[in-house]
Amino acid sequence: MSIPLPVEPFTIEQFYKFLQQGKLMAGICQKCTKIHMPPRPFCDKCGSQLFSWVNISGKGKLVTYTVINIAPQEFQDLTPYTIGIVEFAGGLRIPGMIQDVTQEQLKIGMPLVINFDTCSPPQQWPFWQRYYFKSL
Amino acid sequence: MNGKPLVSIISAGMSKFGKHEGSLGREIFSQAAAEAFNRCPKLDPKKEVKAMFIGHMGESYEHQGHMGATIADWIGMRGVAATRVEAACGSSGAALRTGIYAVLSGLSDVAIVGGVEKMTHRTTAEVTEYLAMAADYPFEQFHGITFPGLFAMMATAHMHSYGTTEQQFGKIAVKNHHHGSLNPKAHMQKEITLETVLSSKYVAWPLKLFDCSLISDGASCIILTKPEIANKYTDQPVHIIGTGQATDAIGLYERESFTSLRSTKLAAEEAYKLANITPDKVDLAEVHDCFTIAELIHYEDLGFCKEGEGGKLVDSGATTLGGKIPVNTSGGLKSKGHPVGATGTAQAYEIYLQLTGQAEKRQVKDAKIGLTHNIGGSGATAAVHIYRNDQ
Repeated sequence: MSIPLPVEPFTIEQFYKFLQQGKLMAGICQKCTKIHMPPRPFCDKCGSQLFSWVNISGKGKLVTYTVINIAPQEFQDLTPYTIGIVEFAGGLRIPGMIQDVTQEQLKIGMPLVINFDTCSPPQQWPFWQRYYFKSL
Repeated sequence: MNGKPLVSIISAGMSKFGKHEGSLGREIFSQAAAEAFNRCPKLDPKKEVKAMFIGHMGESYEHQGHMGATIADWIGMRGVAATRVEAACGSSGAALRTGIYAVLSGLSDVAIVGGVEKMTHRTTAEVTEYLAMAADYPFEQFHGITFPGLFAMMATAHMHSYGTTEQQFGKIAVKNHHHGSLNPKAHMQKEITLETVLSSKYVAWPLKLFDCSLISDGASCIILTKPEIANKYTDQPVHIIGTGQATDAIGLYERESFTSLRSTKLAAEEAYKLANITPDKVDLAEVHDCFTIAELIHYEDLGFCKEGEGGKLVDSGATTLGGKIPVNTSGGLKSKGHPVGATGTAQAYEIYLQLTGQAEKRQVKDAKIGLTHNIGGSGATAAVHIYRNDQ
């Protein structure tokens, strides 16, 4: 009799835990194979609740961006900072800060890569570590 | 003949939008309620109103949640079934929809719907943080993304896809300030020039300070009833002939498009179908111009022009008073102000005034059919309503 290996829960917290381990992971629906990043409990295509984890390449391209000048208290020391949405293989997208790219260099379509070794995690909930994007 | 009335508006009220120093939200709402009650002396609110839905976004502003009961208490309506409805900046558009459910269900022949927000006593940083709560926390706020930032990313995408310009965004601000200068209840009753917009500081590139709506205090209140008994209360009822509400991905990054809101398209489709009209039949509209780019995108999603042609529509002047389809004759969120929870029913208030010929200096001639469009957050919620005056 084979006992199935425990599978990490398909939660946002687990998504961030994987990032901390240097892995960009997404949930793939076992029924229709749609990939969800971030992972979620219901497949938005077929409604299934059965998922497996799948590894996604951290290389993507910039699809839109902004430079924030007015920020909430927590981020005020960082202004101006650049935010972008990055698209990975299969059309999966997440947003985040872009570092070490000047505003003049920003261009829709430019290749970017996710960076996992960021500053120390926040002291208050949520204790996730922030990823960011940088040029290849 | 287009769609049959779903419910009828028999009265409406709105506080002045702006700074209400020394007043709490409940007191500001009382001003809107007083106007609505005074306009409709034949209604006995305490006896006849059986349901109340109050749009209110955030308890952080005043350390005050539970706004349904709070408002009921403060407008002399203790005992009534009152519920706060929350859909971020789309809270009172959703409250209006909920009020329609209540009247159509038969549980309440008369319902009050409205909204309130008291914001100006907070710093810009605090307001930025509270508003951002309507986005997708783990991937947006957590990474320092603000509301202007989300709409800025839509603007960047629109400029990239269609060649839309910062000047075109700016023209929307100039237009809405022109309209607001004609509205005695607007927060900023002042004309501005394109130069003012273009030389204002960037908040989130490519959006500048004058591309953003105002942080305001204010409240609005609408009284709904069944069309069959509307004439008992007023000889000038405004009928709601279409309603639509829809959602989309909470995070902008997961949407099908950054240059269009699917929630708006779905809500509009439902509302147009119920009203049995096409977009070209709309005489005027109040749309959710939390940022200038938002109004431009809404033109396209509501069918006032083709996809990608929002900028051209602005340039043509069609959406200015006197144009083919005047948009935001009240001044919109941009100039009238944006006390978030109050915005949806404040849009309904403007359409009510316009369709009953009470909009004074900004009156649209022969207005028969009006539309309101209210969104929550970066567009994860949208509510569209269509109004008609049969007189």
